[in-house]
Amino acid sequence: MKPPLFRYQAPKTLKEAVIALASDPDAMVLAGGQSLLPALNFRLASPSLLVDIQHIDELKGISIAHGQIIVKAMTRHRELELDERVRQANPLIAETMAHVAHIPIRNRGTVVGSLCHADGAAEVPLVLILLGGSVVVEGPSGRREIEADKFFRFHLSTARRRDEIAVEARFPVLPAGSGWAFDELTRRHGDYAIAGVGAVVRLDAGGHANDIRLAACGVASRPIRLLEAEKLLSGTALGEAELKAAGKAAADLVSAPDDMHATNAYRRRVVAALVRRMVAKAAARARTRQ
Amino acid sequence: MSTRQFGARIERNIDPKLLRGEGVFVDDIPLPQPLHAAFVRSPFARARIRSINIAAAERHPGVAAVYTCDNIGDLDVEMPLLIPHSSMKHPHTQRPLARGDVYYVGQCVAMVVAVNRYVAEDAAALIEVDYDPLDVEIDIEKAVEGGAPLVHADAPNNIAAHFVQVSGNPDEAFAKAEHVVKIRVQVERSTAAPMECRAVAARWDEVSQELTVWDGTQAPISLRGGLASILKLDEDKVRVIAPDVGGGFGQKIMMFHPDELLVPMAAMELGRPVKYIEDRRENFIGASQERTQIHYIELAAKKSGEVIGLKDSFLHDTGAFIPYGIAVAQVASTSIAGPYRIPNIWVEFKAVYTPTVQVTPYRGCGRPQACFAIERAMDQLAEKLGIDRFEIRRRNLIGEKEFPYPREGLLFADGLKVTLDSGQYHKALEMILAELGAANFAAAQQQVRAEGKYLGLGLAFYVEGTGLGPYEGGHVRIHPITGKVYVNTGLSCQGQGHDTVFAQIVADQLGVKPQDVIVVEGDTKAFDWGVATFASRAAVVSGNAIHKTATIVREKTIEAAANMLEADAADIDLHDGAAWVKGSNRFVPLAAVATASNPLRYAFNKAAQAATQFAPASRHDGPPLEEGKAPGLEASDYYSPPCATWAYGVHGALVEVDPELCTVKVNKYVCIHDCGNMINPMIVEGQVHGGVAQGLGGALYERLEFEPSGNLANANFVDFLMPYATEIPDIKVMHLETPSPLNPLGVKGVGEAGCIAVGAVVASAVEDALKPLGAGRFHQVPLTPSMIQAALDRAGR
Repeated sequence: MKPPLFRYQAPKTLKEAVIALASDPDAMVLAGGQSLLPALNFRLASPSLLVDIQHIDELKGISIAHGQIIVKAMTRHRELELDERVRQANPLIAETMAHVAHIPIRNRGTVVGSLCHADGAAEVPLVLILLGGSVVVEGPSGRREIEADKFFRFHLSTARRRDEIAVEARFPVLPAGSGWAFDELTRRHGDYAIAGVGAVVRLDAGGHANDIRLAACGVASRPIRLLEAEKLLSGTALGEAELKAAGKAAADLVSAPDDMHATNAYRRRVVAALVRRMVAKAAARARTRQ
Repeated sequence: MSTRQFGARIERNIDPKLLRGEGVFVDDIPLPQPLHAAFVRSPFARARIRSINIAAAERHPGVAAVYTCDNIGDLDVEMPLLIPHSSMKHPHTQRPLARGDVYYVGQCVAMVVAVNRYVAEDAAALIEVDYDPLDVEIDIEKAVEGGAPLVHADAPNNIAAHFVQVSGNPDEAFAKAEHVVKIRVQVERSTAAPMECRAVAARWDEVSQELTVWDGTQAPISLRGGLASILKLDEDKVRVIAPDVGGGFGQKIMMFHPDELLVPMAAMELGRPVKYIEDRRENFIGASQERTQIHYIELAAKKSGEVIGLKDSFLHDTGAFIPYGIAVAQVASTSIAGPYRIPNIWVEFKAVYTPTVQVTPYRGCGRPQACFAIERAMDQLAEKLGIDRFEIRRRNLIGEKEFPYPREGLLFADGLKVTLDSGQYHKALEMILAELGAANFAAAQQQVRAEGKYLGLGLAFYVEGTGLGPYEGGHVRIHPITGKVYVNTGLSCQGQGHDTVFAQIVADQLGVKPQDVIVVEGDTKAFDWGVATFASRAAVVSGNAIHKTATIVREKTIEAAANMLEADAADIDLHDGAAWVKGSNRFVPLAAVATASNPLRYAFNKAAQAATQFAPASRHDGPPLEEGKAPGLEASDYYSPPCATWAYGVHGALVEVDPELCTVKVNKYVCIHDCGNMINPMIVEGQVHGGVAQGLGGALYERLEFEPSGNLANANFVDFLMPYATEIPDIKVMHLETPSPLNPLGVKGVGEAGCIAVGAVVASAVEDALKPLGAGRFHQVPLTPSMIQAALDRAGR
């Protein structure tokens, strides 16, 4: 379990990093290393060059402006989780980040790295999808912003081109008056989710959902919005029957086949239950924030 | 020390070192310019090797040698069958490096030795092996059917061993039965997954012609014998050291894993130290595993619930090889009646070859499977007869006055008749009933059901034959200068706390602090005789050997001190590191007694002045050392148990099952536990806690996922769900101490106890919780959420 030979560069500027990455078609970007280094050790990845971006100051830090939380590429999970401004601006993020692996991994792993890794069961991609955020990438041909629903292609695959570096992720702040909730089912604390569901709900004065967003991870080859369930709940008072119907609609979107951790039938049951519970929880929070 | 150390809750002597990271494990041994080994392993479960091309690997810069079966000389043989048994008609063991055929994914085919592990792995990747894959059958039930692909051509129906044992007259019992229940239960394969994987390093000294091997083994002395025999060296020229070892759980009792022979061989041949540190993936695919068994168990009972007969027929997956003989299956078959009287028993097993890693004992060694079978069957019988689960056990437990309770016809893994020696089974049952609040539980269950909560209570009893022979020894010596006591035995320690419990035993005899007793083991140069650490036997066998030895040293010390103090031996007492004349302030420190017991020529300190042969006190007519006496305060002695001593216990749990998410939360876990007299209750509790954690792994999480091709799909800790600390509930341990009548200390083993009952407890509890939903029975572990989901689905919930 030792990696094969590779070259290593640690540029100080983004410009140098982009040039380095473009210089070698078998180069890969190294950020927190929490997924890439095990892959190297298992010899599942064998890049000829690693471009380590952790010494690039312009890729560090979190800022909030114009309704967006801007998370630069070298921001560790734990920084985002514990940032008080972020907690104020969008409490869903901290609540979800607490489910990402374990604290030692969150201390090293990066938020943008998790987005680029694009595991279909991971939490951070779900948050980006749920909130409708985006990822900004930069390559030899310049900078572009990719919407969340275009960014994730399938398991471990994104719209980022090989010679592009993801430089930041943009998470919208929580819409005023909205309630939020996230929970997931894992076999053990900190594992990848069997299934996870996030909800953002806003209610009108009569207690009817007038804005509702739902997303799930672990159920398909990428995180998905639960649009059918949203539609069924929209405009309703979120009663038992509606929640049940929405849960069933969400379950119907589960495409993950049976695997060693869960059967398809079990994932369906979990998603249905989580949708019911998360919508109810988000709605309860929305009531207190109105 | 006037306080008795035996039975005291003292902290472990070794902890400061281990907790500060100052432990020294095999990989920490400094070796001059060592070479590193890496293996090429079979990617196929069963295949014929057409050719192996090592040319590119040999040319790779930094490679010292590449080995295949063709250039390992005398090592190219099947490795030893450690425990032969007449029930094995076609026993097979593996070769260090495959010749001709491979039998499981992970089997070693070639070994590369290079300047470091990176280069060794690079070179290993350059070795081309041309395989001709063969058909396989992984499912043991299908493997025994005619026409299934054979693992070994000479073993029809893949049967490695077939064995039947009978006690009493089971046919007659079943003929008389008023009720019979029969169930099928299944326990899945798991692995010990020690924190430190296996490791071996070797150095050959050309000048002294001595081989030193550092091996994270549970059996240094046995390993030395095997190495000397296979490498054709004098036993005295082989030294095996097991330094600090990070957990063994039976996986490290197995020898030889191929590296344990190949690394010493390479060190001898290459004239440089060689080391091999197994990585986690290799531990998953190359090191021994255990647990898969499928039992068909039947109980014959009277209306009263009294069980008068038991029949059990089970399949035991032994993997591709059976180097440790039938030990696991034999332990399972002889534990099958648990703590119950059941006078008539018929138990049969077939050990089945599958093209997977070999199966050898893993903590529990067949007992968890047997416990799962009998305890699930008892629950079933209780339900059928409408008798409470506690009550049916109460009616069948062996009574306190019925011991010793023999099971004629059943031979345990030591080849001796099963005889349960002692216990208070009924008392244990009443304790757990009270602690679980079982009397009021049904009402509590009913009450929360209205809120959609499903609570369940589960329990399971177990017995554990511990402290197997043949023997162990002890060596005790009081050091002349410091007065500290040095103790040796032939075991090695993997974290159990030997150094502390052995020190407590000795401290009581010699009147010293346990911290002043230094235990050195795991080194064949420290003690020459013994067997190994396995079968919950260290405290029983080495503990009693050390106790016997310490009493001899005590007598010698008292005799010598009496001489020095000019008192009667009967008036001498040992405490606070000195020999005292009782009721006086006259004393002599043990260091001085030890010095005086060794006639000296040179006076190197004050105590020594009195001990030289010229000192006034030494002057007498005879020789300085009397004929028949040995110098110093030192002795060796041995203990050989007459048979296993049987520990037991009962575990219970209160769980909550979420029928929507199909999750199981353990709200309360209680162990009533009896391992005879406890040397250190804190260490006993640690053993039980660790065992329960491992048991919960087997009950809810851990399953090695062999694909139909024989590939292990979850050879890593992401997908093999060993529970984290976050998955383990608080565990309440309550002790009973029924002394074993079989040994001087009255102790029984505890090492494996914790893991045995957990699967049965959890299944019993989940079944109880989901009964109102009609979810049916749970007869397989690990019990996964998908299984609960499927059961609820079937019930239309």
